[in-house]
Amino acid sequence: MTVDDSASVRQMVSLTLKKAGYNVVEARDGKDALAKMTGPVHMVITDLNMPNMDGISLIKGIRALPSYKFIPIVMLTTESQASKKQEGKAAGATGWIVKPFKPEQLVDVVKKVLR
Amino acid sequence: MLDDVNAQAFREEAQELLSELETALLELEEEPGNSDIVDRVFRAMHTIKGSGAMFGFDDIAAFTHNVENMFDKVRNRELAVTRELLDLTLLSRDHIAHLLESSATGAEVDAETEAELTARLKAMLGGADDSSGQDVAAVESRTLVAEPGAQVVYRIRFKPARDIFLSGSNPLHLLDDLAQMGSMRCYPHFGEMPGLEDLDVESCYVWWDILLLTDKTEEAIRDIFLFVEDDCELTIQLVDGTGQLDSDIAYKRLGEILLERGDVTQESLAEILREQRPIGRVLRDAGLVTEDQVESALAEQKAVRELRKSRDTGGEKADAGGAASIRVAADKLDKLVDLVGELVIVQAQIAQYVHSSHDPLLNTLSEELERLSDELRDSTLSIRMLPIGTTFSKFRRLIRDLSSELGKEVELVTHGAETELDKTVIERLGDPLVHCLRNSLDHGIERPDVREAAGKPRTGTITLAAEHSGGEVLISIMDDGAGLNRERILASATAKGIISPEAELSDKEVCNLIFAPGFSTAAAITSVSGRGVGMDVVKRSIDALRGTIELDSIPGKGTTITIRLPLTLAIIDGLQIQVGNEFYVIPLNHVEECVEHISSSVNGERQRIINLRGEIVPYIVLREQFEVPGEQPPIEQIVVVSTSGSRYGIVVDHVIGEHQTVIKSLGKVYKDVEGISGATIKGDGSMALILDIPRLVQSAILGQRNLY
Repeated sequence: MTVDDSASVRQMVSLTLKKAGYNVVEARDGKDALAKMTGPVHMVITDLNMPNMDGISLIKGIRALPSYKFIPIVMLTTESQASKKQEGKAAGATGWIVKPFKPEQLVDVVKKVLR
Repeated sequence: MLDDVNAQAFREEAQELLSELETALLELEEEPGNSDIVDRVFRAMHTIKGSGAMFGFDDIAAFTHNVENMFDKVRNRELAVTRELLDLTLLSRDHIAHLLESSATGAEVDAETEAELTARLKAMLGGADDSSGQDVAAVESRTLVAEPGAQVVYRIRFKPARDIFLSGSNPLHLLDDLAQMGSMRCYPHFGEMPGLEDLDVESCYVWWDILLLTDKTEEAIRDIFLFVEDDCELTIQLVDGTGQLDSDIAYKRLGEILLERGDVTQESLAEILREQRPIGRVLRDAGLVTEDQVESALAEQKAVRELRKSRDTGGEKADAGGAASIRVAADKLDKLVDLVGELVIVQAQIAQYVHSSHDPLLNTLSEELERLSDELRDSTLSIRMLPIGTTFSKFRRLIRDLSSELGKEVELVTHGAETELDKTVIERLGDPLVHCLRNSLDHGIERPDVREAAGKPRTGTITLAAEHSGGEVLISIMDDGAGLNRERILASATAKGIISPEAELSDKEVCNLIFAPGFSTAAAITSVSGRGVGMDVVKRSIDALRGTIELDSIPGKGTTITIRLPLTLAIIDGLQIQVGNEFYVIPLNHVEECVEHISSSVNGERQRIINLRGEIVPYIVLREQFEVPGEQPPIEQIVVVSTSGSRYGIVVDHVIGEHQTVIKSLGKVYKDVEGISGATIKGDGSMALILDIPRLVQSAILGQRNLY
């Protein structure tokens, strides 16, 4: 699942991953994502800065759901400041990708955490 | 293209964001204190910057970065929302729109405005540093290039946080990644694992000491642990650089390893060292290190030595190359194999005697002897192994000459030339293979004009392939010719009296008729084949090698001859069985399973079949076949064997067990005995006959068929 308020980022993530053979569900923000977390979701790639519910709250929310407790969650972040990254990690994020990133980097990270 | 689609998507989105930004800014002018609106402005900037950089709009990203920074300060209440600030932001917004437009049309960018705006933004930021921007760049450019070549050993201690699973990471994936980097030894520590009642299945109690021989850099290794490094105990040390390659010098002592890893301190080690006992035990007894840690260090000691050795021998191999082989006369080798065979027999006798003696010391010695003689046997036999490719090359010439003689165009393709076979087998395989190839050429492949008419390429292909399959070597000869003609084979076989006209045969049986003595379907006798002394000779040679030969054919598509050969002639694994007072050995490669059989007269004399899990399997009563005297026991055993693709049961009194069997030939007098291929000497010195399953089955089944 890719969660981002920017449609172009969502599209880029989703196109890249679909090309790499994954099924992708798109969500517009944290609230939307949690509402869509019903079926089998094996990994979440989420932005941090989003309206309605931000990435950190989303990560906490996902980790509170028993069926998604252990799935990899990767945060997309332009803030390379350690504080935001730490906050995300503390909330239960598996890893992070610093924006801007190239499609290959995205696929690399997904392959790294999702098997 | 993906890029274009993305760029277009970004442009559309940025347009929306810019109008949103404009609205938000104007609203902010009305209510300067509303932090929700500040957030909206910030998010819009943030997205434009982030997406812009991702889709290659670097100028937009760079410019927007400054505006974003300014609003970050506003958000953190370090800057007040002033008219000046709003003006500047609106101007900036217009400039972003301008940049966006020019990126689409390729129009000139107004550099002056940009420089001016940037300067004003920076001024507004109060000379605040631009570090985060550089950060982004720094992280982005962080590509790790491994130095190629040099192989070094790293010691990695990876102790994941207890709750590592809660962050969605799987430590095993990381270890997998590590293993891909080179040769890895992994030593897990389970010492912290609590008892079952206290165990939290969602926690990770295991940690690892890892040795990695790789040519990658430490940075590349750290990169694997990038996401978990912060909450894990991770140490990476260079253990063995390439500079110190002397494998004569013993690898570090146990104490040094523990010391280097920080498991013990220098002082406590020195203190302990004053006593002269095995260091590992002493340290453990003193409670300074755990059993686990010592064992892990010992494992490292061993592993590094091995890794070193493999690296060193790798180097030597490159140097020495061909000089590593010597020529030995073949008869010396044969003598050696003979001797090893005798040794194995004696060893078996000793083992049997010792086993009944119940002397523990003798038992240990005997087991040691068994291990040694097994190893000796394996390596002796491997000396005799030669790649089959040497014979293959001979065939190329043969095919070339023959095909021009016969006016056919044929190409020979070979696979698996490196497959190794016993020297004697290879020697004795030459003639049968030549025969099969000739047959394929003469009967199989059609003339070029016939082939063209049938829609096939003018040039026929014969494929000669060899491969290992379990304890056997499979050799197949495939041609893409006309295939066998069932009617012609049947007619010819009937005419020559090989089968009766009423016989009903399966396709497979028909195909295998060509192995019958005196059989030939070739219309004219050519210099190549047709005299009817062909395939039966082939079959006999293969049988003599204790192999089997089978033929499959698809009319119009081609024929495949498959030869299965045992790897070696001298020693086989066999299943020992008993009938009356006689002992026999069934080669284990034929044996599928053993089932109990309660003989009952209800079945009558003629129904020699059992129902094996729904499959009908015919059986042979060995007692009758070999006319062994004595009463059959009420409960007999059936050994189910497979040969030529079918299963048969062999009824015996007892199954004794699996044994190494050294084959001794029976001598000329007994060479025509059906169903026996040789003899072996048992552990107690008595003799057992080795059953020739294919021929035994054939004679028994054919015998039955002839009866009715």
